[in-house]
Amino acid sequence: MSKAIVATTSLAGCFGCHMSILDIDERILDLIQLVEFNKSPIDDIKTFTKQCDIGLIEGGCCNSENVHVLKDFRKHCNILISLGECAIMGGLPAMRNGIPIKECLREAYLTGPSVTANTEHIIPNDPELPMLLDKVYPCQEIVKIDYYLPGCPPTADLIWETLVALLKGTEINLPYEVIKFD
Amino acid sequence: MKTSISDIIDRYGNDPSRLMDILLDIQEEIGYIPEEINQKIADQLGISKAELVETISFYHFFSNKPLGKYHVYLNNSVTAEMMGREKVKQTFEEEAGIKFGNVSGDGLIGLYDTSCIGMCDQEPAAIINGVIFKDLTPFRIKEMVKYMRQGMPVNEMCRQNYGDGNNSSDLVQAVVSNNIRLKGTVVWDQYSPGEGLQKAIAMKPAEVIEEIKKSNLRGRGGAGFPTGLKWEFCTKAMETERYIFCNADEGEPGTFKDRVILTELPRLVFEGMAIAAYAVGAKSGVLYIRYEYKYLRKHLENALEELRKENLLGKDIAGRKGFDFDIRIQYGAGAYVCGEESALIESAEGKRGEPRDRPPFPVDKGYKEKPTIVNNVETLAKVTKIMKKGSEWFLSLGTKESAGTKLMSISGDCRYPGVYEIEWGHSIYDILEMVGAEEVQAVQVGGPSGTLIGPNQLPRHLGYEDLGTGGALIIFHESRDLLKEVVMNYTEFFIEESCGSCSTCRNIPVLLKDKLQKILDGHGVVQDIDDLLDWSKPLKISRCGLGHTAANPIVTSIQNFRHLYEKRVLRDREFETGFNLADSVRESCEAAGRPANI
Amino acid sequence: MSAKINFIIDGQQCQSEEGKFLVDAAKDNGVYIPTLCNYEGLKPKGSCRICTVKINGRFTTACTSPVHDGMNIENNTAELNEMRKQIIELLFVSGNHFCPACEKSGDCELQALAYRYKMMAPRFPFAFPQKEIDASHPKIIKEQNRCILCKRCIRGIKDEDGKSYFAYQYRGKDSLVVVDRKLAAEMTMEKAQEAMDICPVGSIIVREKGWEIPIGERKYDNAPIGSDIENK
Repeated sequence: MSKAIVATTSLAGCFGCHMSILDIDERILDLIQLVEFNKSPIDDIKTFTKQCDIGLIEGGCCNSENVHVLKDFRKHCNILISLGECAIMGGLPAMRNGIPIKECLREAYLTGPSVTANTEHIIPNDPELPMLLDKVYPCQEIVKIDYYLPGCPPTADLIWETLVALLKGTEINLPYEVIKFD
Repeated sequence: MKTSISDIIDRYGNDPSRLMDILLDIQEEIGYIPEEINQKIADQLGISKAELVETISFYHFFSNKPLGKYHVYLNNSVTAEMMGREKVKQTFEEEAGIKFGNVSGDGLIGLYDTSCIGMCDQEPAAIINGVIFKDLTPFRIKEMVKYMRQGMPVNEMCRQNYGDGNNSSDLVQAVVSNNIRLKGTVVWDQYSPGEGLQKAIAMKPAEVIEEIKKSNLRGRGGAGFPTGLKWEFCTKAMETERYIFCNADEGEPGTFKDRVILTELPRLVFEGMAIAAYAVGAKSGVLYIRYEYKYLRKHLENALEELRKENLLGKDIAGRKGFDFDIRIQYGAGAYVCGEESALIESAEGKRGEPRDRPPFPVDKGYKEKPTIVNNVETLAKVTKIMKKGSEWFLSLGTKESAGTKLMSISGDCRYPGVYEIEWGHSIYDILEMVGAEEVQAVQVGGPSGTLIGPNQLPRHLGYEDLGTGGALIIFHESRDLLKEVVMNYTEFFIEESCGSCSTCRNIPVLLKDKLQKILDGHGVVQDIDDLLDWSKPLKISRCGLGHTAANPIVTSIQNFRHLYEKRVLRDREFETGFNLADSVRESCEAAGRPANI
Repeated sequence: MSAKINFIIDGQQCQSEEGKFLVDAAKDNGVYIPTLCNYEGLKPKGSCRICTVKINGRFTTACTSPVHDGMNIENNTAELNEMRKQIIELLFVSGNHFCPACEKSGDCELQALAYRYKMMAPRFPFAFPQKEIDASHPKIIKEQNRCILCKRCIRGIKDEDGKSYFAYQYRGKDSLVVVDRKLAAEMTMEKAQEAMDICPVGSIIVREKGWEIPIGERKYDNAPIGSDIENK
C-alpha cells in the first residue's frame, strides 16, 4: 500500500496544534508507516512537490500571505482539515475583529503604552510584508473545508483517530472527553 | 415646561403598568425622554432604572435624545420605494445637510426611517411631528425644508386639501385619503348607532356568543381564529374580571383598512367591543392603537364621548341595569410585534412588547393576568353588523368555509389602490381586474408575513380554505426586481421589528439577509439557495407569528420564483464565499500608506 | 399533591403530576430535554427555544408547557435535534465565544450543549459583532461578547424590593442585557456570585474570579450535559 501524503501549515496560529500532532507520542512511529509528509513545518518542506491526500490547517487568516497559503493548500490537497479553534473560528487572533483595523494598527505601532522604539512613527509599510486583512477569517470563510477538529489545541487522540479513520476508511467513534473547545 | 414629570406620573397613579402613557406624555411634553430623568421616573414608579430602560429602548418612537424641532419619519415600506422614496430621501438629506438617522447641527431637523405607517396607497408618506404627509416628491421636500427653516408650524406645511370623509373633520384635519374604492354590504352598509347593541342586550349573553359562533365569523386581523369560540373560551375562565381589547396596531406593511374603518366608523367598532363585553361580562375595554395613527386621537376620544352621552358606554348601558362598560385608548410607540395579541397586552401593561408563551392564552390569562379577548378592528365592526342583521344574513355572503366579506388593502402597481370590501371567494385574477393591474409579475398576499405568488397562481381564491389573509395585497409589475426590491425590503423589515427574545428570530433573518445579499452581489452558488431554505427552518419554533413568518419572503419567493435565484448564482463552481482579498486589505494598506500588492 | 397522569415521550411511558412543566416532568422520568434559558426556581421564559418538542404534533417549548394526561411528545428526533444544533450554532456565531479564553469554559452550558450535539464548526458565518465589556461595576463584569440573552439574570437576580439588577435593552439583533448602575453599586459579594452562577455562559463574571477548577475536573469535562438525568 502506498503511503498517504499529508501536508500541514500554521497560518494565524501559535503552533500549538502542531505540538499536539507531536503529542501522539510513540504513535508517531505508526504514523510514519502510514503517511509521507509533503509541505509541512514538520519536515521543513517549503513548497508542494506533489498532490496531497490530506492537508491540515492550523490558524485562521489574518493577512494576505495566509490567504495565499490556504488557497495553495486547497489546490494541492484532496481533503482539507481545519485543525483547532483558530482555523475554525479565528481563535484568539480574532479577538481583534471587533476593532477597526486602522485603530488596531495605530494602537500597536503608534499610540499603545508599550510603543517606545518607533521614533519615526510609522506603521510598517514595506511592500515585502504581507498585508493585514480587515479581520481574521476562519478558514471556511475563504476556501471549502472538509473536516473540523476543534480544540485549543485539539487533543492528540482526536488528531490521531481522525487521521487513522480517514486513511483506513473506517468509522470514527470518539469518547466524549476527546472533543473540547479549549 | 408646562407640566412636571412627577405630575405626569401622578396623573397615572404612579402605576408602572401605565408606563406607555407616562412615557408618551413625557415625550410629548419635552420632545424626548432625557436619560437624566430616568432615575427619577424609575424611583417614583418603584422600579429599577434598568427596568425602565427596557421599555423605553424597545419602542421605535421613544428617544433619549432630542429628535429635532422637526422630526421626519419617512416610511420605508416596499410601496414607498416603488413610488419614488429614494429620491425623496435623497432630497431630504441634501436639503437638510444630514444623513437619515441624524439631527442637524442646529437641532432643527431630524431624519428617520420608519416601518410601514399604514399609507401604502398614498406613498411616499412621512410623519412629521405627528402630522401625516403623503404623495411626497423632491419638489415638495425642497419647499418643506425651506418652511422648516422659516419656522413654519408643521400643520401649515401640508399645502394640500384635507382628505375625504372624516379626514377633513375638525378633529382630524389630515391630508390622508380613505380611498374607499368599493363599499361592500357589511361594513359600509347603513349604520345606525346602537342597533346592534340593542339587539344583543335583548338576548342572553350566551345567546349572543351562539349567534356569533353561528355566523362563522373569524378573526379579520389575519390569523382567522373563530371569534365566537374565542369569546366562549373567555367565559369559561375562572376569573370574572375580564377585558375586551380592540387590536388597532395594524402594522403589517401594506395594510391600512383598519385606519379607514376607525376614521369613518369608530362607533361601529366601539359598539362591537360593547357587544363583546356584554357577551363575556367585561367591564373595561382598551383600544390599542398604533402610534402612527396618533392624528386620530381626538376623533376617537370624541366618538367615545358621544357613546357615553348616548348611554352606549358607561353605566347601565342602554338602560340595562348592571351592564357597565367603558373603553380607554392605549397608544403604542412603534413596534410591529405589538400586533401579536399577547405582545399587545404586555405593551398595554407598560412593558416591552414581547409576546408571551402560550399556554396560557389571553382568554385565560391576558391583561393583568385576567381573561382577555383581543379582536381586530374589522372583526369588531362585523360583530355589530351581525348582531343587527343576524348570522343567517352573514352566512349568505362569501363561501361555505369563509363567511361574509373581507376588507382588502390594495397597493402597489395598480390603477386604483385603496380599500375594497369584497365577499370571500374571489380569485386573485378577479381582484387584479378589479383594481386595474396589468402585466403583473407577482402578488404579495397578506403582507410580508404572507405569500409571494406568481402568475400561475392567480386562479387561487381568497378564503380561509385557500388564501386566508389579513387583507393586504401588494401588486408587482413585470418590471420590478423582486429579489432586490421586494424580498430584501421585507427581510429587513423583520430584522428591524424582531423583539429579540427568541434566539431564532433575533439571529436567523440577519443571516438570511446576508446570504441574499451575497446572491444579489453575484457571489452566490446553488448551495446558497438550499442554505436559505435550510437555515429558515428553526424560525418555525419561534414563540410568535413574527418569528414563524420572518423567512416567508425568502421561502415563498424561492418556492414560486426559484428561477430568479438561479439566474443570479454562479454555475461554474460549487463553493464560493465571496471573500475578496483586495477589499479586505484596503484599509490596512491605507493606514500604513503602502501599495496593496495583490 | 396533584393527581398522577400518564404521558409518552418518544414511545416511553411516563408519569408525573398534572400541570408540572414538561422539562421537569421528563426529568423525573429520566428523560433529558435540553434547556438553556431555563433555570430551576425561575419562571420559565422560553426564549432560547432549545427545549422545543412536539406535543401532539405541534412545536412547543417544554420549559413553559404544563404536562397533561395523554400527551404524546416527540423529543429525541432527528428533526428536533437538528434545529437544536442550529440554535446552538446561531448563538456561537452571533456572539464572540472564544472558549479558550473564557473563565466559564468547561462549566459553560452553551459549550456543553455544543459538545452534546457534536458541533464541530457552526454552519453559519461568524458575525464578530462589536460588543463592549462593561467593567464599570465594583463586584461584577458584564462581558457582552458572551451574552446569549437568555434572561436568567433578569429573572433571577433581584433586590429585596424585587427590583431587577439586570434588564433587557433595545430589541432584535441589537438586544443587550444591561446592569442597573445604582443597584450594582451596592451589590453584595453573595449576590455577585449568585449572578455569576445563574449565567449559563461566561457573561457575568465576579471580579478576580475564574479558572479555579483544573481542566479535566470541570462540570462538563467528562460527561455530557444531561447525562446525570439519563443515568439516574
